[in-house]
Order: sequence, then C-alpha cells, then structure tokens
Amino acid sequence: MSMAKLSFKLNGKSLTVTIPVETLLVDLLREEFGLTGTKVGCREGECGVCTVLLDGTPVNSCLLPAFKVQGKEVVTIEGLEKDDGALDVLQQAFMAEGAAQCGFCTPGMILNAKALLDRNSNPTEDEIRHALSGVLCRCTGYRKIIEAVKTAARVKQDQN
Amino acid sequence: MPLAFRDLHWSNDIKIKEYLQPKRAAEAVEMLEKYKGNAKVIAGGTDIIPELRSRKLEIDALVDITGIPGMNEIHETDGTISLGGAVTHAQVASSRLIRQKAGLLADGAGWVGSPQIRNVATPAGNLVSAQPAADTSIPLLALDARVVVTSADGERVVPLTEFFFDKGVTAVDPTKEIITRIEFQGLGDNEGGCYLRLSKRRALTLPILVCAVKVRVSQDRKTIESAALALGPVAPTPFREIHTEAILRGTPVDRETIEKAMASASAQCSPRDSLLRGSCEYRQEMTKVFVKRGLKAALEQAGCPIE
Repeated sequence: MSMAKLSFKLNGKSLTVTIPVETLLVDLLREEFGLTGTKVGCREGECGVCTVLLDGTPVNSCLLPAFKVQGKEVVTIEGLEKDDGALDVLQQAFMAEGAAQCGFCTPGMILNAKALLDRNSNPTEDEIRHALSGVLCRCTGYRKIIEAVKTAARVKQDQN
Repeated sequence: MPLAFRDLHWSNDIKIKEYLQPKRAAEAVEMLEKYKGNAKVIAGGTDIIPELRSRKLEIDALVDITGIPGMNEIHETDGTISLGGAVTHAQVASSRLIRQKAGLLADGAGWVGSPQIRNVATPAGNLVSAQPAADTSIPLLALDARVVVTSADGERVVPLTEFFFDKGVTAVDPTKEIITRIEFQGLGDNEGGCYLRLSKRRALTLPILVCAVKVRVSQDRKTIESAALALGPVAPTPFREIHTEAILRGTPVDRETIEKAMASASAQCSPRDSLLRGSCEYRQEMTKVFVKRGLKAALEQAGCPIE
C-alpha cells in the first residue's frame, strides 16, 4: 500500500498525516480522526449525508480523494461548535424547530445551509430548498428543516 | 456484519498505487505516458470514484488535473468562450459571462447532480463520461463546441460533432489525453438558445428527456439561417438531430416551420422503452413538445417571437 503525506486544515487546526494514497476524505475523517458526525449513507454521491465544507464549499466527502484537500481547509459538523462549547446558530435553530427526526441527514443539511447563509444572509424558501437539494432526509422531515434554516437566517440577521 | 453490507458501505476498497497532482499540463501528460494506459485523468472524480469502488475501472494511478494553473478559468477572447478542463458545473452555472452568452449551457450545468456534485464535477468530465443523459454535453453539442486535447503527441482539436462514439466511448482517451479546454462561440444578437429538461424531481435525478436548441436568424428576423438541435437520452449518445436541422435551415420563422421540425425530430428519435424513463411513445411525444417549446424560446431570444 503506497503512503503519502497530506497537510490540510481541519476544523481550524493545521495538521499533517501519512495515509494510503487511495484514502477517501470520508474515511480519513471518520477512521483517522474519529469525526463520525460526517455520515456514510450511499457512498456514491446520492444522499449527501457525508457533506463537508471544502474552503467553504459543500462537497460529498465520500466521492473525494483525501489528497484533493492538500493545502485546503475542511470543516465538518464538529467544526461548527465554538471553543467555549456553544453551538452554531444553525445547530440551535435545528434543535429549537425540532428539525431532526433520526438525525442522520442533519450534519449534511446543516453544512449545506451554512454554505448558503455564509453567501446569502436572507435566502428565499426556494433558495433554501435549492441549497438543500443534495441531501436526502430519509424521515422526509423537510418542512421543519426548511423552517430551521429560515429561523437561523433571522437570528443571524438580528445578531448583526 | 453481513458481508454484502460491508462490501457496499464500509470497505475502503479503492486500489491505486499513486495519486498524482501535476502543476503543468505537460507534466500530467508525462505521468499518463509513464503508466501506459494504467493511469487515468481525474477532475471532480464524481464518476471515476464510484467506478473504482465497483471495480468497473481498475488502474494504477490517478492524475488530478485540477491543480494546473489556468485549468479552472472561464474567459472570452474575440467572441470565443473558453472553459478550462477543470472548470466546475457550479462555476458554469453561476458565471455571468455564460449566463449572458450561453444561457442554455448555464441552465444545463445547473441541473447536474446536486450542489455538492456541481461544486467538483466538470463539463469536461461530463463529455468524457459520455452518458446519453449528460446535462452539459447536450447544450455544448448544440453550441457547436470543440475540445482542445493535449497528449504526448501534441495538441489537437476535436469538434463535438465528431466526439461521441458510443455510450461511455469518445474520441478522447483519458488514459493518454487531457481536455485542456472547451471552446465555443457565445450567442450573437441574431441568435438564441434554450435548454429544456424533463425529469421526475428537481434535483439528483437523471432526465427523461433533454433538448438543447440554438438558432440563428436573418438580419430582417424573418428567416431561420441555421438551427442546432441536440437531444438526449434518446440514443446511446447525445446527438445532433441533423435531419431536423436541415429542414429548418433557410425556412421562414413561423408556426408551420415549427410543426415540421416537431414531426421530423420525433420521427428521428427512437428511445428504448424504459421503466425508469418512460416508454418510447411517451418520449417521442415529449420530443415534439420540447422541440416546439425549445425553438419558440430560442427564436424569441433571437428577436423573433412567435404567437
């Protein structure tokens, strides 16, 4: 098995690991770093529960060779928690709205929503639906999820 | 854990010996050459990774071209629009230049997969994967695009009309060659385009039918000078419906012309009966509808609205 060195920023921390060249990002995150908030669903880019942010852009980590993040920044759902343990506005809104049923799609939903709110602080419902269209909720609880993103957008605007 | 489940979901089973990240196109070509057919170009990887996992593809190395400077740029020179080989669908869908001068391509790019897939997957990869339903290949075909390909033998240009051989098979060999850019002319004042897609959902779904149209009308806006009509997935590859294009060439801009084109295009396409995508008859009927809507929209954009 050929190994190589990979350096990148993960949830704010710069690090270097030596891993097999064929490693996929999702396995690196879950197996090497124990960041199991990034879920594995279909492993073929259909369900979106493995979404992470790569330089702020949502990508499916199950389809991404780990070496594609060389020199870049990855944020997983764990990275949204502040240093003092406070949760992100989106995480709080998901709890307040009861937007998680089984919770399996929640990390993917929240990270796609975060990428949306970071570039558009006041999205329409259509824009929210579009931004979340790459994540499947197997409980079909979409209504509450959309409400939670709207709530988070409002809270963020009030904060500013 | 049952074996089947583990195989499907948990085995980290891609087997390659090297993941190469060249900084120049020439370097990438050398790497491919060194592996003599056992290395393949990877851009977004959204097709190639599932193929490697399922063992449909077995190779020794991947050559990632996304770090080559210039490969992820979109620009326009003297009316020719150029998309680098690593430009993503998300870039195309949101580019102001593409939206203004090739709206049909921006629309197609906006339909590929999901936001996460569009953020990494590329139109160049869409071409090389050569699936009959390819959302960006079909409008690129209607735009008379060409690809510029680099290999150890130098550079060559392949027009898309000579590109698709069969499902998954094209004029470009990704174990030897790299698409460095895709080029086409932006739409002019007397030109219009349209992209239409029929599918069951609005995201993460393969299309039942895709139709891309480009028309050019005369200066007096009364005659169709030329028309390009690309269709999929109603044959093994995306294709140009040249019979209908010939019928449209030089005809007056009116309803009768559109009706002739509808009948012709529908008769020329012979999709399979598919449980996933509908019966042959249904898709032939929908081809008529899409040719009508597509032509009307493209003509309207070219300044020729039809009542």
